[in-house]
Amino acid sequence: MKGPLPPIITAKNLTVGYQDNTVWQDASFAIDHGEFVAVIGPNGSGKTTLFHLLLGLQQPVRGDIRVFDARPRRGNPHIGYVPQRHVIDADTTLESLELVRLGFSGNRWGLNPFSRNDRTAAFDALKSVGAEEFAHRSLGRLSGGELQRVFLAEALVSDPHLLLLDEPLSNLDIRREQELVQVIHNVVRSRDVTALLIAHNINPLLPVLDKVIYIANGRVAIGRPDDVLTSEALSALYGVQVEVLRGSRGQVAVIGTEENQHHYD
Amino acid sequence: MIDISFSVNLLADLQTMWQYDFMQHAFEAGTIVAIIAGIVGYFVVLRRSSFAAHALSHVGFAGAAGAVLFGVDPIIGLLLFTSGGGITIAMLGRRAASRDVQIGTVLAFMLGLGVLFISLYSGYATEAYSILFGEILGISYTDVLATLGASLVILFLTACVYRPLLFASLDEDVAEAKGLPTLLLGIIFMLLVAVATSISVQVVGVLLIFALMVTPAAIAQRFAKRPHQGIMISVFIALIATWIGLFVSFYEPYPVSFFITSIVFAIYLLTLLFQKIYESLLPGRSFNSNNEG
Repeated sequence: MKGPLPPIITAKNLTVGYQDNTVWQDASFAIDHGEFVAVIGPNGSGKTTLFHLLLGLQQPVRGDIRVFDARPRRGNPHIGYVPQRHVIDADTTLESLELVRLGFSGNRWGLNPFSRNDRTAAFDALKSVGAEEFAHRSLGRLSGGELQRVFLAEALVSDPHLLLLDEPLSNLDIRREQELVQVIHNVVRSRDVTALLIAHNINPLLPVLDKVIYIANGRVAIGRPDDVLTSEALSALYGVQVEVLRGSRGQVAVIGTEENQHHYD
Repeated sequence: MIDISFSVNLLADLQTMWQYDFMQHAFEAGTIVAIIAGIVGYFVVLRRSSFAAHALSHVGFAGAAGAVLFGVDPIIGLLLFTSGGGITIAMLGRRAASRDVQIGTVLAFMLGLGVLFISLYSGYATEAYSILFGEILGISYTDVLATLGASLVILFLTACVYRPLLFASLDEDVAEAKGLPTLLLGIIFMLLVAVATSISVQVVGVLLIFALMVTPAAIAQRFAKRPHQGIMISVFIALIATWIGLFVSFYEPYPVSFFITSIVFAIYLLTLLFQKIYESLLPGRSFNSNNEG
């Protein structure tokens, strides 16, 4: 549907790793403007590595990766990033608005304490993720789901074109998980941004996804969820026979890999 | 000496006090140091680097003692050693700053080195005592000027790196992805701590740095929702403790450091108590979120 626009991300024969330890290899794919993409796969398969590549924090071993038709570089203002975080300093009394504000002007040198502009921007960002009611609450007092919304606002406040969200759904209960997916989906559609989201469980995301990047066994598969999440496609990816079962509401369970019992509930 | 007994008229008391140059200098240097320690201390607590900051002051002890041995002004040795130590800790990375055992080992070695330097120097006791516990009543006019100069440098640097340093302290991963030089910021931060430590030693000594640099900021962080509020509370507590400490010490024959540390400790205890009472009276609400609708 976005035919004429160039892809946001393109990868050609991409191989990544650390020194002589290859994480995954020979991946070629393209992510188009406005797509909501889930990145899934077992622990340690190299999902976060993909983000580090896009952020310019790590270089590919071989192959080529381009973001906005250019080489990835650190500090690209068009990328909003929410890293994988299990806890935030539980003692901190700083309010969430201050963290979001730093996402807006925290990379600027010099003092500017009287600027109302960045507080307004921060408040608007919190509003756009439905978090305005805890704008003045201490970060240390927020629940996991509330924190993830604040982190999302922190990433959105600089008005990025590409969102990279590393496991925002982990440690949330099913209801909070669904709420957050809805919030992210609204953001992606209303702001017309492209989003990559790393997750362990794809099921809450299935209704809103455009594409899935499935990383396993040192290889990468990409496509529409219905094409990637099949017994044939995943067996080819894993290199062993696995089976994809569908629940009555379309939920997916992958049988035959070690991690399935825990991550696909 | 003229009559220096305490009267109820505080203004008259202060006037009497400030007739003495040493008291005037003590108030001037104490005020400058309290402001700087309050500001830098806020970042120390925010970055959870209080042990690293504590260690720096001990590294400074070796430097000061070495300077005394070689007949140089102790402040030179303090600045050299704390800066070197600060850069080293910063280069090890943020996570290294919380490696208690490694830092503690170096800290002990530095104290030992300081003891050696002191013992090699014939003027042993008084010099060691003033480095360890501070000697604010012995501050000269030149010392005040040097303190003021160093403070202006700290204020200027802090203003330059204020937002990036806050960002990197609170959310290092995102700050790094946004292109901020987090390692460089870590080094600048430790240099700020090094200079702040060096000038604070005059007031409370290396062993009691915590009282001015960490405790006021830690109290501030139990209340403040915004960084500049935290910094103001932290500075305020450090100032109050220093002023009252100096005031009382004019009438009582006990060390100023004792009064300053006691006042800070008392404020700390009162804060804890106050918060506990507040939270038990209003269950489910925290003291720091009392301005919510």
